[in-house]
Parts: sequence; C-alpha cells; structure tokens
Amino acid sequence: MGDKDYQSLQMEYRRVDPGAATHWPVVIVGAGPVGMSMALDLASQGHKVLVLDDDHTLSVGSRAICFAKRTLDIWDRLGVGDRMVRKGISWNVGRVFFRDEEVWQFDLLPEAGHRRPAFINLQQYYCEGYLFEQCQADPNIELRWRNKVVDVQEVGSQVQLTVDTPDGPYSLSTEWLIACDGARSPVRKMMGLEAHGQIFRDRFLIADVKLEANFPQERWFWFDPPFHPNQSVLLHSQPDNVWRIDFQLGWDADPAEEVKPEKVMPRIQALLGDDVDVQIEWVSVYTFACERMERFRHGRVLFAGDAAHRVSPFGARGANSGIQDVDNLGWKLHLVLQGLAPDELLDTYCEERELAADENICNSTRSTDFITPKSDISLLFRNTVLRLAKRHDFARRLVNSGRLSLPTFYTNSSLNTPDTDDFSRALPVGAVAPDGPVMQDGHTIWWLSRLGKEFVVAVFCSDALPEATTLQQLANPDFQSMPVRCILVVSPELEGDIEPGIEYVVDQDAILSARYDVRSGACYLIRPDQHIAARWRSVDSAVIGQALARASRTQQEVSS
Amino acid sequence: MTQLTTQSNFNVPDEFYERLISAHRDLSTNESNAMNAALVLLLSNHIGDLNIISQALEEARRSVLAEA
Repeated sequence: MGDKDYQSLQMEYRRVDPGAATHWPVVIVGAGPVGMSMALDLASQGHKVLVLDDDHTLSVGSRAICFAKRTLDIWDRLGVGDRMVRKGISWNVGRVFFRDEEVWQFDLLPEAGHRRPAFINLQQYYCEGYLFEQCQADPNIELRWRNKVVDVQEVGSQVQLTVDTPDGPYSLSTEWLIACDGARSPVRKMMGLEAHGQIFRDRFLIADVKLEANFPQERWFWFDPPFHPNQSVLLHSQPDNVWRIDFQLGWDADPAEEVKPEKVMPRIQALLGDDVDVQIEWVSVYTFACERMERFRHGRVLFAGDAAHRVSPFGARGANSGIQDVDNLGWKLHLVLQGLAPDELLDTYCEERELAADENICNSTRSTDFITPKSDISLLFRNTVLRLAKRHDFARRLVNSGRLSLPTFYTNSSLNTPDTDDFSRALPVGAVAPDGPVMQDGHTIWWLSRLGKEFVVAVFCSDALPEATTLQQLANPDFQSMPVRCILVVSPELEGDIEPGIEYVVDQDAILSARYDVRSGACYLIRPDQHIAARWRSVDSAVIGQALARASRTQQEVSS
Repeated sequence: MTQLTTQSNFNVPDEFYERLISAHRDLSTNESNAMNAALVLLLSNHIGDLNIISQALEEARRSVLAEA
C-alpha cells in the first residue's frame, strides 16, 4: 500500500547537543496525538517548542480509532487534515442491533456542505505517524525521544525540569510546561496531583482483525447478540482491511486468558462465521475510568488530553476532546507568550475545558450505564427501551450505544459577549463557527479554512457593503494591537463593488448566511479557535473592540 | 413550575384500575415487570416535562421506602 509501518518505527535517541538551548518558551511532555498537535499549533504561531517523550516508538496497536469532524477541522488548520482523511475511512452511518434484529440506524451528518465527514476511522499509529512527520518537518519543533522528565519544580517565573536520558540526566527550564503525558501522567504524579472519578467494573476485549469482508463502512453495535449473549459487541472498519471488534467481557473475565488466540478466535468466528479467513492484528483487554483533575492549570504547568481527563471509550471522546484542548490552549498561550494578553487568559482554558471534560464524562458515563447496566432493573429498562425502539421514535432517542463526540460549546464562557440582538438559539455564542462552501477567486473553498490563528470579524453583506468609513475602521482597527482580520462575506451581486485590498469571500448559495442566521449588515467576532465570541445585527467597531478585549482578557476597566 | 397532579384525574377511577389489572392478564411476573417498564417509558415520554417526572419518581420512591 506504500504506507510506512509506523508501529515498528524506532525513533532515534540523540544525545543532547551540549550547545543546545537550556531555556525554552514552551516544553511539551508526551509525543502522543495531543502533545504533537499542541507542538504543531504553537510552532505554526512561530514559537520554539521542545517535545520530550520517555519512549522511542509511536502507538503500538490501533487504540484510538475514531476521529471526529471537529478534530479534522483542527488538524486542517495544523496542516495534517488531508492526510488523515485520505488514509482514514469516512463514515456517517451507525446501526444498532438488539439480539438478532436491527432496532435503529442513525446518520451523523445528514446535511451537505461540510468539508469533513462526521468521523473517520484511522489507527492511532497512522495518526501519530502523520503528526510526527509534520512535527519533524517544522523547524520550530524539536522532538527528543527517550527523554524522561523526572523532576518538575516551579521556580519564580519558570519551570525547572530534570530530564533523564540513556546518557544520564540534564536540566532544562521553560516558561510554560504542557503535560500531555497520558492517563497515568508522570508529571501529574511528580507534582503530587491526582485525577478523581469513577472506575467501572467491566472488562472489554479489543480484537483488530484483518479480513476481506463486504461489510459497509458503518458502525455496528449489538446489544445482547446471539453470538455473544448478555454482552455488547461493536464492529467498526479501519483502513487496510482491518476491522475493530470490541467485545464486552464482564468483570470476572481473566485478562491474561482472554488475549490468547485460542480464546479470541472462537469469539471472532461466532461473529463472522467459521469459514472467514481472519488474521489477528492486535488484541487487548481493557478497563476504563471516567475521571479528571480538579484544575487543569497549576501555575506555569498546564495539563491537556488524558493527563487532565479520562473517559470511557463509548463516544470517542478521549482523543477528540484532547485535540479540542489543544485548540483552546494554543491561541491563548500564543497571546500570552507574545505579551498581548495577561496570563489570566490561561485560566479561561481551565474554565472552558474543565466544563468540556465534565460534559464528556457525563455523556460517556451515561453511555456506559446503558451499555453495561449495573442492576436487574437497569437491565430491564435498557432491554425495554431496545424493544420499544423497533416501533417508537422516542425509544430510539433513548438508545445509547455511545453519544459520539461533538465539539463542546462554551455557551457560558466569561470570554463571550452575550447577545444583545436577536439570533437563532440553534447557534449560540460560544459554539464552533459552522463551516460551509464559499467562493474565492472563482474557486469553491471552505469557510473554516479562512478562520484561525487570529480573531476574525466576519461582516455579512447581502444588500449593501458597509460604509467606507466603517470598512476603514475595521481594516485599521484600534484594537490594542490584538491581531484581527476583517473578512466580508458578500452575495454574488456585490462582488464587483469591492475595493481592492479588502478581504472577502462570496456566499454563492447563501448557505453561510443561513447557517449564521444573518441578514445584511450582521457581523460575527470569531476566536482563533473558530468559536463564536460575539455577534451583532450591525457593525460598530467600538462595540467589536470591547468584545475583543473581553475575549482576550485584555479589557481595560471602562467607567461608564 | 408545573406540579404533579395527585388529586384524582380520572373520569371513572375504577375503570382505569380495571384496565390496568386486566392488561397484565396471563403474564408471568417477569413479563409483567417488563410491561410495567414499557408503560413507564411510554407515559414518561408522553408527559415529557422532567419536573413532573422527577416529582412522580420521588413520590413513587417514597411510597416504597415508607413501607420498608
């Protein structure tokens, strides 16, 4: 297939150059999907980033396989989206079976006009392999393998690290340390911190098998199927003809026994039939927990991904929420490093992403309770819902085989400027800005590809362009040196009237205007992570400036 | 907040009761339990208002705990 075998890639350990810098603006611990995405985000803003990893391999086994639309949108911004999507298997449809009958199916992206599908499935080793190659090609990123952080001390306005290597330990200092070192986070432990939550008493078997099969590229979930009675089973396709099969085993299963081929094979054959030619790629028995740290920021140390929060796998909310952490932290840390915003802006990373973690934990706990009922009555209600689902819409809506990851809306964030004008509640302030096709220079492009890095003021014009003075104010805003771009979103009739030098896109089919619930003259303030910070029915640069100050925590107290 | 009605709401209370019991006719205890579960789900969805449902859940739970 021409793909690298990322699972067997041995990263080269290099002795640290004696002349290398010993002070860094940012050090990231952990070269997993979250750590490497974080490095790419900061490097793309021009910051030098050092990534330390105690190991020298990428992911062994497929592990996280479901990457959500929002994650792909973020990876597009980091330049790796295309590769992921080209290799990955795109899917939108899921089916749920109870015993031997299909009870319902869902389509996660019923609407056209989005760049990315609801999900792709891709083995974690491909995801990490592509991120690794992107990091390697970035002159702002240095990756050091077999560099294990063994001590973390915050001293004054920096963090001092001791790093162990095959050549012995060395010292480093950094302004900001980002711990992306996974669920068992050694950094967290070193700092005497803990994550708290609920541990579930159940075991699951993952079997990745290679076979030529004609199953559609959909997510199939069985409750209590005849081939694996009283438990659940999930079947999902991955690239290279690999199928993920996830068997619930129950708490009493012996993990050492269950991974043996003579135990795994009969389970697979019960599902696929005796005559299917199957090769086992990877087997793992896992348990899971839903837990999080109380605070994701401790002084100059920030926690992201599994190090900060863990969820059960139902809903694909682990890696996907970690990438949203990156998205949220990247622009804030950039503004703080640039001296454009105070470090209190980083507290809003906690505010927003701690609530996001709660939302993810809540959803995955609910899914877990539905999939693995903890009492006889819970099982009775679960099976009754499944039986009713065949005939009744309301019961289908209760079937929970995993509420699949959607981006968290920061609806109550202190960075938002609440609506003063009337807008549709379907798209609240704090939501991710919707994507849509627009025209630029005669080509169709995706709106989200124009957003990111800086704040954007998007002015929608369908009847008339803004006054020249307004345009001038927006093009030359007095926004306390905060980087902002103004983009006009115009109807095709107005394109000819636009002066040279004004940034614009054409909302050819008015899809964007509909998704943003706008009439002519409305404008949106969109954050660098593509979340909506504020919006109005008309353009007023002073009001925009206030909202911008609020969204970047740079506001001066204004007496009114 | 809308309150759960606990004043009599049936035109002919005895008729409701008769229908409830006869709907369970010939069912085993397991089947009756499953039918009750389905009934709870159908009626709860019909009501929809989680405030009302929470009050009903509380009252129902209290009636069981008071007996114990």
